[in-house]
Amino acid sequence: MKISAIVTLKKDVLDPQGKVVSQTLRNMGYDNIINVRQGKYFEIELNEINKEKAKKKVEEICKNLLTNIVIEDYTINLK
Amino acid sequence: MKSAVIVFPGSNCDRDVAVALEKFHIKNQMVWHNETELPKCDLIILPGGFSYGDYLRTGCIASKSRIINAVIKHEKNGGLILGICNGFQILIETGLLPGVLLRNKKLRFLSKNVFLKALNINNHFCLYYKQKKVIELPIAHNEGSYFANSNLLQNLEDNNLIAFKYCDQKGNIISDANPNGSSNNIAGILNNKKNVLGMMPHPERLIDPILSGEDGSLMFKSLFNSPT
Repeated sequence: MKISAIVTLKKDVLDPQGKVVSQTLRNMGYDNIINVRQGKYFEIELNEINKEKAKKKVEEICKNLLTNIVIEDYTINLK
Repeated sequence: MKSAVIVFPGSNCDRDVAVALEKFHIKNQMVWHNETELPKCDLIILPGGFSYGDYLRTGCIASKSRIINAVIKHEKNGGLILGICNGFQILIETGLLPGVLLRNKKLRFLSKNVFLKALNINNHFCLYYKQKKVIELPIAHNEGSYFANSNLLQNLEDNNLIAFKYCDQKGNIISDANPNGSSNNIAGILNNKKNVLGMMPHPERLIDPILSGEDGSLMFKSLFNSPT
């Protein structure tokens, strides 16, 4: 089973890269840009057919390795 | 005093630290990250560099390597741990020190000398900074902006756990002297037991008056002379 996880900085944490991207977009003429947040995308292939079990595993993986829960949030998407 | 320098793939200050330790008569051994046991030692050093190419987050993969359980055990038994630069990032990811190190505020890799003030000298690492009002040490990092929520910052300040703060040449702790945007100008912190120090500046790079200066020497002298 393939599961994806998206890791982003928490809302209150300054995201300098996202800020630079949004500024650049504005400079390029995209004047309706309000904000850009940059994150990481993971595609995890698991040897598991039970959806719930797989989701639980990926959640554990997100907590233990993929995110620093002090500053980052994650969202999990089942395919 | 015996020490062990942990070497990760991508460490690049490991040998500089070893030279510094030996210069100040600390008997050192290098330990590869894949080992599971440490040699008998009083002090562990996590050196600077780019462990695992800074993949995922700086210090993150190193904090899950095989040797880390032994490092955590060493801390539990009261042993000393010094994390410099990437070593500081690894200590944070391991959870041995609180807070987080973000990218430098201006998104630039910084490589320059900075001025520091030692705020807590009553620990094994900083004893010899007693007479020194302002310290000069080099920094070289991209993710060195120390960030902590207000509760944690208050806790660090109240319990005197901030070892170093960035300051100007005269010792004033002002925002203009803050190179990377760290909360409260923090350059290095101690844990509650004061046996773990993490810092972004590199003491091992200033240990010779002919080449650079001696402000880093004081840390290794402190360690050599600290009671173990």
